[in-house]
Amino acid sequence: MVLENKPRRWACGSALILVASILSGCGGDDGGSTTLTYYIADAAQEDVATRCSAESGGAYTFNIQRLPNTAAGGREQLLRRLAAEDRSMDIVSVDPPFMAEFANAGFLRAFTAAERQEFSNGVLEGPLVQSTFRDTLWSAPLYGNTQLLWYRKSVLQKAGVDPSAGPVTWNQLIEGASRAGVTVAAQGRRNESLMVWVNALVSSAGGSILQPGSENLPADEVKGGLDTEAGAAAARIMHDLAVSPAAPAGFSTAGEEDSRAAFQAPDGGFMVNWPYVWAAFDTSIEEGSLPADFKDDVGWAAYPRVDAGTESAAPSGGLGLSISAFSGRQDLAVEAIRCLASEKSQTEFMKKAGNPAALASVFDDPGIREMFPMADQIREGLDAATPRPVSPYYGDVTGSIQTAFHPPDALSPENTPRESNDLLEDVLSNKRLI
Amino acid sequence: MSTVEAPPREPATARRPRRLRLTDRARHERNLGWLLAGPAFIVMVAVTGYPILNAVWLSLFDYRLTDPGGREFVALGNYVTILGDGLFWQQFGITSFITVVTVAAELVLGFGLAMVMHRALYLRTALRTAILVPYGIITVVSAYAWAYAFSNTYGFVNGLFGLGDFDWFGGTWSALFTVCVAEIWKTTPFMSLLLLAGLAQIPDDYLEAAKVDGATAWQRVKRVILPNMKAAIMVALLFRTLDAFRIFDSIFIMTAGAQGTETLSFLAYRQTISRVMVGLGSAVSVILAILVVLIAVMFVKVFKTDLSQQRGER
Repeated sequence: MVLENKPRRWACGSALILVASILSGCGGDDGGSTTLTYYIADAAQEDVATRCSAESGGAYTFNIQRLPNTAAGGREQLLRRLAAEDRSMDIVSVDPPFMAEFANAGFLRAFTAAERQEFSNGVLEGPLVQSTFRDTLWSAPLYGNTQLLWYRKSVLQKAGVDPSAGPVTWNQLIEGASRAGVTVAAQGRRNESLMVWVNALVSSAGGSILQPGSENLPADEVKGGLDTEAGAAAARIMHDLAVSPAAPAGFSTAGEEDSRAAFQAPDGGFMVNWPYVWAAFDTSIEEGSLPADFKDDVGWAAYPRVDAGTESAAPSGGLGLSISAFSGRQDLAVEAIRCLASEKSQTEFMKKAGNPAALASVFDDPGIREMFPMADQIREGLDAATPRPVSPYYGDVTGSIQTAFHPPDALSPENTPRESNDLLEDVLSNKRLI
Repeated sequence: MSTVEAPPREPATARRPRRLRLTDRARHERNLGWLLAGPAFIVMVAVTGYPILNAVWLSLFDYRLTDPGGREFVALGNYVTILGDGLFWQQFGITSFITVVTVAAELVLGFGLAMVMHRALYLRTALRTAILVPYGIITVVSAYAWAYAFSNTYGFVNGLFGLGDFDWFGGTWSALFTVCVAEIWKTTPFMSLLLLAGLAQIPDDYLEAAKVDGATAWQRVKRVILPNMKAAIMVALLFRTLDAFRIFDSIFIMTAGAQGTETLSFLAYRQTISRVMVGLGSAVSVILAILVVLIAVMFVKVFKTDLSQQRGER
């Protein structure tokens, strides 16, 4: 008996240890802790967080968690954790187009009226609009973003296009670049950046991907706005660029960084891209892959127009700081966001990451004006930028658009608008797969 | 000639349960065995059985993770949607294409490598290690390595073959080619390892006898080696086919499913993870699982694959 009891006791003991370790893995949230788990999307957020934590005098510290690099990857991770009511999340960095989806599902804590007043104060129109859903503020804008048209001054004469003299259209750019033997870099890769481009083109043509008022409708009642002149204009421009000599090599797989590489190449001419590229040029110059005077040849202007007579609707991006609805330290999180999204932090962040601040006042900072000679253009762009569709079903919307508008060289102004609209509505009603 | 012989059967009486004749000690040992193995058994059932049943149950609902209140029972509605969608059949075709191409290429290359490993006289261990290195690399890492290799901006492939700035990932067939290359490079060692085990089981006498009888090298391969390796080949093919049919990582990294390179695993991923349509995604997963089971059944029943080969029972 003695011989048998020993292993039995051992077995029971190990089972207990196993159960205990599983249970302890599920808990781990002692309400009294002052450590806030902060999910960041950009490395520069960590530097700001370190300073804020030091300045708080011990009121809070951060446990920094990095989200995946891509917008879609970040969304998926946040969505999965929040859907599982992960109590270990406090502050999350949310890409604005995904905010409505999270807010609608009850994953985020709404900011109170007083907090809304505080976090909206002095924020530019574009970043503010995309942080609000159903008249409630769900994210404190950390930075806003908009795309500009970048050009190489040395190719303008040959191309016969001068964006510095006034607004230019996509057609002028494609024709001019083809004539001059240079490229027009845009993001043709099938990911969120393609959605950004489609949305900007449709909006610039006076349309919208979803019909107005769709944000409060159930998924199967949402109507698309693509089977229109605006949808046809978007398909035509994307196709024309993709099949023209002005399309850089690998156009249908080019993301933002590939576009920058194409623009920096000897046959680079024009590019639509976010302002981070300005700081990124410096990095390439420091690394020796670009000549020291490269930036002297680079100019910038407002986003290209679809119709010469209609103002363009530049893409809108950015990042907001939201508080998880399942966090046990929500008040402390609000206090931390006061520092994380402060004017000082946004200035510091803009200098480090090259991403434009959401607060108008940051653009008056002398250091910022020196680093970003195009600061005024960005500020104007942020005010006029057009957000992507606000929808609780944004995942379906962007997935359908990315499927229907790719590859760009296969699009046609005759078929793409109808096909994309049908796909969008069918996917939302759960009738088709993507 | 075949080395596959039926195992000697135990006398019928030996297989009958003899519960009554168990001694106290034997009974205690059996109980202790259950006590020791029981927790592991329960955990195994919990981590495999529960998710499978849960997925089958969820597949009967129209259920979006971000809209739990809108959950609605639709019975087989999701299956009807999936099987009626051209995208499913297109991706089924792509998945089958990748499976057939990669497994066929791996079989030929794997056999060659297995022969090299088997026959090597010098540096045997170093050679085997070198051949197995790709299999030790994580699929995502290998996919990144090949994506960089085929990149038209910083890859070496275009430079090596004078292809200029050809965009491998810009077209369906060229993109599929890169995916197949990455898969074949990564998993051929696994195939060759399984084949090596089969090769090692062939007694040298057979080959020597064939040699003495004047068989050429090709005749020895065709008449002696291959028939004796049939069981090992079928098991290797079965394992690799099941694996290849569920391909995901390489495509996710190399093309992200663009240019029509999405496979059935990708379809499940997009519905479940990207769209958070848990019901629809579960239905895709269930269909995928059924297809995998069908492949296994086909190998075991139609091709008479002998799995005991792999369990070391012979």
